[in-house]
Amino acid sequence: MQKELLHYTLRLGDNALILGHRLAEWCGHGPVLEQDIALSNIALDHLGQARMLLQYAARQKGESYTEDKVAFFRDITEYYNLLILELPNGDWGDTLARQFLFDTYNYFFYTELLNSKDDHLKAVAQKAIKEITYHAQWSAEWIIRLGDGTEESHQRVQKSIDDLWMWTGEMFTMDEIDQKLIEEGVAVDLAPIKEQWHQKVAEILDVATLKKPQDDWMQSGGKQGEHSEYLGYILAEMQHLPRMHPEAEW
Amino acid sequence: MTKELSLEERFQQYVDAENKVEPKDWMPEKYRKTLIRQISQHAHSEVVGMLPEANWITRAPSLRRKVALLAKVQDEAGHGLYLYSAAETLGADRQALVKDLLDGKAKYSSIFNYPTPTWADIGAIGWLVDGAAIANQVMLCRTSYGPYARAMVRICKEESFHQRQGYEILLTLVRGTEAQKKMAQDSLNRWWWPSLMMFGPTDDHSPNSAQSMKWKIKRKSNDELREEFIDKTVPQAEFLGLTIPDPKLKWNEERGHYDHSEIDWEEFYDVISGKGKCNKQRMDARNKAHAEGKWVREAANVYARKQAEHSKQSAA
Ligand SMILES: [Fe+2]
Ligand SMILES: [Fe+2]
Repeated sequence: MQKELLHYTLRLGDNALILGHRLAEWCGHGPVLEQDIALSNIALDHLGQARMLLQYAARQKGESYTEDKVAFFRDITEYYNLLILELPNGDWGDTLARQFLFDTYNYFFYTELLNSKDDHLKAVAQKAIKEITYHAQWSAEWIIRLGDGTEESHQRVQKSIDDLWMWTGEMFTMDEIDQKLIEEGVAVDLAPIKEQWHQKVAEILDVATLKKPQDDWMQSGGKQGEHSEYLGYILAEMQHLPRMHPEAEW
Repeated sequence: MTKELSLEERFQQYVDAENKVEPKDWMPEKYRKTLIRQISQHAHSEVVGMLPEANWITRAPSLRRKVALLAKVQDEAGHGLYLYSAAETLGADRQALVKDLLDGKAKYSSIFNYPTPTWADIGAIGWLVDGAAIANQVMLCRTSYGPYARAMVRICKEESFHQRQGYEILLTLVRGTEAQKKMAQDSLNRWWWPSLMMFGPTDDHSPNSAQSMKWKIKRKSNDELREEFIDKTVPQAEFLGLTIPDPKLKWNEERGHYDHSEIDWEEFYDVISGKGKCNKQRMDARNKAHAEGKWVREAANVYARKQAEHSKQSAA
């Protein structure tokens, strides 16, 4: 087992799981039935990706591990998702703004992950890239629709983008785990992704008649297990039943 | 000697000959109204029915169960959509139907006013509530109104999948720890009677049924459907090793059906009239989603209009 690879796998798996969890909270509460279904679809894609990745993480950890043990019996400091993904959903504009900012990143990221020298990660990317491409298109369309919709929707979604901006910097930070795995050809170099992301985000925001915020102070820490308060509540909700009956199967 | 048949009589003959009524066909106004009411109630039930189960998506105890549950609740949203579309073929307006629901003027299946406090309830709902829905919907696959019948064929396939999934959840629980077994039994205790009530009042208290049967909208009475459901479900409960909370439940050799205790119809009417634990919670949730979605729907409409104008201009 390689420590760095496990950590890296968990980052990707936790991103998918925590975002899938947040999106699933919308189920039954969407603004209209069609969009309720669309968002559930995307949540399902993320949860499917989370399962593949956490199964891989479990395999790395050893025989006694399963995807569920990895998901339900890890505490907050051992979760490595991006902070932006654990933030509360807010309104439809907040959720879609987060989707847009993350999906755009995820699209460029997974496009690169297709070239990973790690066969498992490469296989996950091959399975997920179609879904992720669709997500990025779908959320960009929504940003344009809301930005160029009514006066109210324009103002609301501009505020969502502004509020979320300080959480976007973390997508591009690299530490020694990234460095080591980039050298091995396993991980994605985030420097070019950052450029692609800025360009694409600027392009879509322009079409949406929205302003791209200035980069300022950026939050970080999620990738290293230093989280906001929100993740604790997600895990409490998600994990309580298996933890209450640790010997049970479901 | 040949008597000129009225439109109503010809319609009845047409239906009696097992023909399907299609949207453009002439139909009695009361037939149309009855169907709009029934189909829209059915649609509302699918949508409100998402809530008690969505309640468990974030807490499902395994990733496999989480994905399956989310997919199931999403299916129910899809059922709602098919059914609103079927109602629109009769000239109803979806937005007006939804407004009736939100204003508390339209009904939905009262079963969804019961809470889902434990994970076992997700199993029990799949097994019993989807199971009771299937009994009704299999019959509706042969209903006389074409679009409704066709929507039902599609829906039934998914419902039987839901039912198997629910049963499998309970099967896993009863083969598990003591606490899990207890959870399963407790859930059956709470859901058994409300599930039987899903078929509606007894035949002698169901005034509209006769006309619906004559028009072949319905093909079996409430009591017949209920009996079918009980006969099918009791052996399934036995296989689970769970006890149905009815001491009088007993196979009647002569009738070839199970006998059971009297249903507590007072509870049924109480819950319909708003006294269920979750009536207010469910309607509040639907109203909140609708109100908070208003600016989003408006933005989407305005944007679509702008786009349409834009493409008209560039075409000119
Ligand atoms: Fe359904
Ligand atoms: Fe169902």
